[in-house]
Amino acid sequence: MSGDGNDSTVFTRLPATDAEREDPDRPTREEVLDFWRERFGVPSETFDDHTFWERGSGKVWAYTGEPPSPVDVEGLGMAFLRTRQEHWKPTLEAVQRFGDRARENVLHLDAEAARRFAAGDDQELDWDGDWGYLVVTHEVAGEREPIGVGLYVYGELRSQVPKGRRREL
Amino acid sequence: MEPLERYRPIVDDFAAFRAACERPLPSAVRVNTIKTTVDAASAALSEAGVAYERVDWHDGLFVLPEDSPGANWPYFHGWLHGQEEVSAVPATVLDPDPGERVWDACAAPGTKTTQLAALMADEGEVVATDNNLGRISALRSNAERLGATSVAVTHEDGRNHSLKPFGGATYDRALVDVPCSCEGTIRKNPDAFDDWSLSHVEGVAGVQKGILTRAIQVTEPGGTVVYSTCTFAPEENEAVLDHVLDAEGCELVDYDLGLDHREGVTEWQDDEFDPSVRKAKRIYPHHNDTGGFFCAKLEVTG
Repeated sequence: MSGDGNDSTVFTRLPATDAEREDPDRPTREEVLDFWRERFGVPSETFDDHTFWERGSGKVWAYTGEPPSPVDVEGLGMAFLRTRQEHWKPTLEAVQRFGDRARENVLHLDAEAARRFAAGDDQELDWDGDWGYLVVTHEVAGEREPIGVGLYVYGELRSQVPKGRRREL
Repeated sequence: MEPLERYRPIVDDFAAFRAACERPLPSAVRVNTIKTTVDAASAALSEAGVAYERVDWHDGLFVLPEDSPGANWPYFHGWLHGQEEVSAVPATVLDPDPGERVWDACAAPGTKTTQLAALMADEGEVVATDNNLGRISALRSNAERLGATSVAVTHEDGRNHSLKPFGGATYDRALVDVPCSCEGTIRKNPDAFDDWSLSHVEGVAGVQKGILTRAIQVTEPGGTVVYSTCTFAPEENEAVLDHVLDAEGCELVDYDLGLDHREGVTEWQDDEFDPSVRKAKRIYPHHNDTGGFFCAKLEVTG
């Protein structure tokens, strides 16, 4: 149990806005919504049914229940976003679940590139948008579907698919 | 196979029952409607060249005669989850609505938990409990892969489930799919009988009574509790129901099921059970070409 509000064993609900913030480094709900809207164009209403929680340093979870804060359990919904670092990073699960609403910083891959991405390979390709974390999509069953998070830098798409989720497809 | 012999008095067409238990079962998957639709998942399976057959009693279940789930795009997207046909019965019978509070008392590895979340359109709160940390990590990763945001995971023995982390709030429904002697899984796990003993059956029945009792206590009057096992033993099935009917405020209720089944037994060896245990359903491998299962629906009366 640490005294800085960053307890690694309990989930603490994010304050709604800056005015309600006690820990100066804890993200607010408002900032989380702004991040998804500004970086990916995901409308804030997407998360109307979700509460956001921090466990440990900068690991933000999305949950649909409304338990009293803090709550001491093993898991609360889905790990959703990494904050408290220079560039905030969504999780693969968050992008697969909510990334179909993204309109900006979305990189669409053809079938072969998508297979390599899912296997965890980095690949050189052209992208004339922003560098940084992208929502990576491919076509499945006639629709564009988000596969996960990519990091685009120096002409290279780096697969951020966690080791345990990589597959040779 | 020896333990099956004891069920000769209660199973019709015993030879067919034994023969079915010796046949392997194909893989089956459930479509995860949190992330996709049944139509999109079947299109993605066809696109991936995976053969599948629909199950007639449940819209989102596919049997994969040639494949195991895992190495295809719909699985990678969390559109599919490996789940045997009969294992889909209890959450279907519990039938939770979006926005409710539901307790899954023995939740890992999360197959039924995520099915509950999907039935609730991922709205509300599914508190998923397990007493084994290793299995909890599988539960958490399954819930996340399937995109469930309504699942909270607690590490505790279901017999002592605490409402404290959630401010004392009780439940609308509870699923009690207890640890059991697993006789009904013999078609998938040929070693299911290796550790079988009557003393194990009797010991696990005590745990089952404790977990079901706690589930009834934490569910609101008028709420629903579903009790299920994957075993044939009346000691773990009707006898457990008989115990809580006597000790707690609850009654058994009827329900519809699109699988061929037999009613609960009211007599076993030297014991007689409350006649209402007939409302429970026994699912045998030779009737629907599935695993074996037991499922009862209770209403909490307070």
